[in-house]
Amino acid sequence: MTATTLSPRSAGSGGVWGRLSISTKQIVWAWAFLALPVLFFAIVRFYPTLEAFYLSVTDWDLLNEARFIGLDNYRKLFADPVFWQVFRNTFAYLVFGTPIAIMLSFAIAYYLDRVTFLHGLIRALYFLPYLTTAAAMAWVWRWFYQPPPIGVINSILGFAGVPAQPFLRSIDQALPAIMLTAIWAHLGFQIIIFMAGLRAIPTSYYEAARIDGLGEGAILTRITIPLLKPTTVFLVVFSSIGFLRIFDQVYNMTSNDPGGPLNSTKPLVLMIYQTAFSSYQMGYAAAQTVVLFTILFSISMAQLWILRSR
Amino acid sequence: MSFARIARRSFLATAMAIGAFAAGAGRAQAVEIQYWQYVFDTRVQAMTELIKQFEAANPGITVKQVTFPYADYQTRLIAAKAAGRGPEVMQLFYGWLDTFIAGKLVQPLPKATFKDAEIEKDFFPIVSAMKRDGQYYGLPTAVRAMALFYNKDLFQKAGLDPEKPPQTLDELVAAAKAIVRRDGAGNFQQVGMALDIARQDHNWWREILVRNYGGESYSPDGRNVAYNTEAGAKALEFYTGLQKVHRVGQEGFMDEGQAAFRAGLAGMVVDGTFRVASYKTIQSFKWGVAELPTFDGKKANFGSYFANAIGASATGEKLAAAEKFLAFISSEKAMNVWLEKVGELPARRAVALTEANIKDPIYGPFIRALDYSSTPPMVDESAQRQVSIDMINGVLLKDLPIKDALSTAATREQAILDKFKPK
Repeated sequence: MTATTLSPRSAGSGGVWGRLSISTKQIVWAWAFLALPVLFFAIVRFYPTLEAFYLSVTDWDLLNEARFIGLDNYRKLFADPVFWQVFRNTFAYLVFGTPIAIMLSFAIAYYLDRVTFLHGLIRALYFLPYLTTAAAMAWVWRWFYQPPPIGVINSILGFAGVPAQPFLRSIDQALPAIMLTAIWAHLGFQIIIFMAGLRAIPTSYYEAARIDGLGEGAILTRITIPLLKPTTVFLVVFSSIGFLRIFDQVYNMTSNDPGGPLNSTKPLVLMIYQTAFSSYQMGYAAAQTVVLFTILFSISMAQLWILRSR
Repeated sequence: MSFARIARRSFLATAMAIGAFAAGAGRAQAVEIQYWQYVFDTRVQAMTELIKQFEAANPGITVKQVTFPYADYQTRLIAAKAAGRGPEVMQLFYGWLDTFIAGKLVQPLPKATFKDAEIEKDFFPIVSAMKRDGQYYGLPTAVRAMALFYNKDLFQKAGLDPEKPPQTLDELVAAAKAIVRRDGAGNFQQVGMALDIARQDHNWWREILVRNYGGESYSPDGRNVAYNTEAGAKALEFYTGLQKVHRVGQEGFMDEGQAAFRAGLAGMVVDGTFRVASYKTIQSFKWGVAELPTFDGKKANFGSYFANAIGASATGEKLAAAEKFLAFISSEKAMNVWLEKVGELPARRAVALTEANIKDPIYGPFIRALDYSSTPPMVDESAQRQVSIDMINGVLLKDLPIKDALSTAATREQAILDKFKPK
């Protein structure tokens, strides 16, 4: 690749370069301009990814030379009950988080699209959380979820006569509590994308449908939703990857005991982080990243295949 | 490449070399060494002051202080070692020593400058946690111990004598019950005891309560977990009983135990010397410090410290400079600066055990505890802490029987200790 990029300059005019056709020259130039990002990605992204595969079969701990230990890390991982707990948590974020986020953002976008009064302001309010740092947001929510006397949510529950809830201190409520903040944080982005998708549907389709006497429900299911498919596919894949990689919210909301009481909220990424940077078991952490990579890859591929356009 | 270009390059190189030489000569062959510690305002200020004093006394040496946030600190040290550019002198938690020796981050202290007999005579016995195979690997400037902080105003309001803090665990429970306040729905408005497992309560349980009840946390050589006994069970029952039976406090109340105490909403909290500086800024109420309550007259405390050690990469004149600097920051003079600026206890007996310190209402209880403090083996501090946290949470949140939670924890922690056994 680098050799091609150098050829235009080193050959000079009139030599090999002069004899090339315009289209070939265009390709060479395209590659010349692409070389930098390609090189950057190769060094910063692809090389470390491949290196992680190698590290996952070693016992590297940052301090001593890496030793090849075969599949021991994977054996240890699959025998570790914490891994399976973390695995379940990660999928809970995905399986509940993505559909709720997609349906909620679609519903909001669908109705917001019809609102003209204060439309811009409402849209901005929904988008605002997306602009905020995840860590800062997580801390605000952490305070919302506090027990009495300081937790806002518990104060409201108290007024309504509902007993105080432990939220983040509960092994059952902690994960949904954190998932809710993650959904809320990304809602604005998804609404904007859905609205752009809605606006892209030609109004003539709707007019024709109305002339033909189709009801609102039929218009929604026959025209709007099918035509939004590319948008939905993008958001489902995007949101799934987001939930599979969830970290900031969990880490910041449970920093006293990262991953919640008895690992009740710990996602795979947090486990990787702790294995690598608290215990320095880099080889073991690399094995975990390979597992995460495999999950992310297969889920994204499966979604693209299932939601592919005919 | 043209001749002019080559000439220009070599000219530049020469100029740079001359510049570098001149700069070196200007500083009279100063040796620069790096000192690393984590960010904690008062500690950084105290060290800046000590470096100033040291450089004034040793004109040939400059010390550069480099700091990192605590959460990153250990990672930075290890990453720096992997990159081959570690500091000459570093601060490390005593519990990291085995990892650091195994990873060749630190080197033993030279016996000529740091004599074993002198160290053992002058420092508190907990310094032995820095000794491996007859070699000392570091010395602390300050040591930490635990005590009971209590809110005198709340004691008074509850009809308790603010000058008579609880001396036994039974008295502690009684005092906490007198202080605790709940609203009509049973929610805590004020706790008798601030509870915070992840910060200090796991230490209170493992190193102190277990011994209060007559047990031991670890075997004498530090290789085996020893708390899976009747005493361990009683200690765990007592600690979880504060929430489950006596209901004098709640994990997570005000988010952190120290926040609850600072806010004046907790009667008592178990915490360490390092909290003194922060509590000294409290304006709204009077507080006091007491030695930790006992059971059956058995006293126990947990001594810990950050030591300073010499980086493995230091050689030649940098090693000599590092030795001098380490000797200075472990001196009586430095310890006085540290006590005044940071509020941590001096690691040398002579500095700590002065009449004034022992009688000091705040430092006294900590200093008196140093004589019976133990310093347990820590091979992977965060992993070992997690075992205790999970054990306590298992009892509190899953209603696990005490014995089951205890034996699970003992098995898990033993596995962690076993990983570090000499092969």
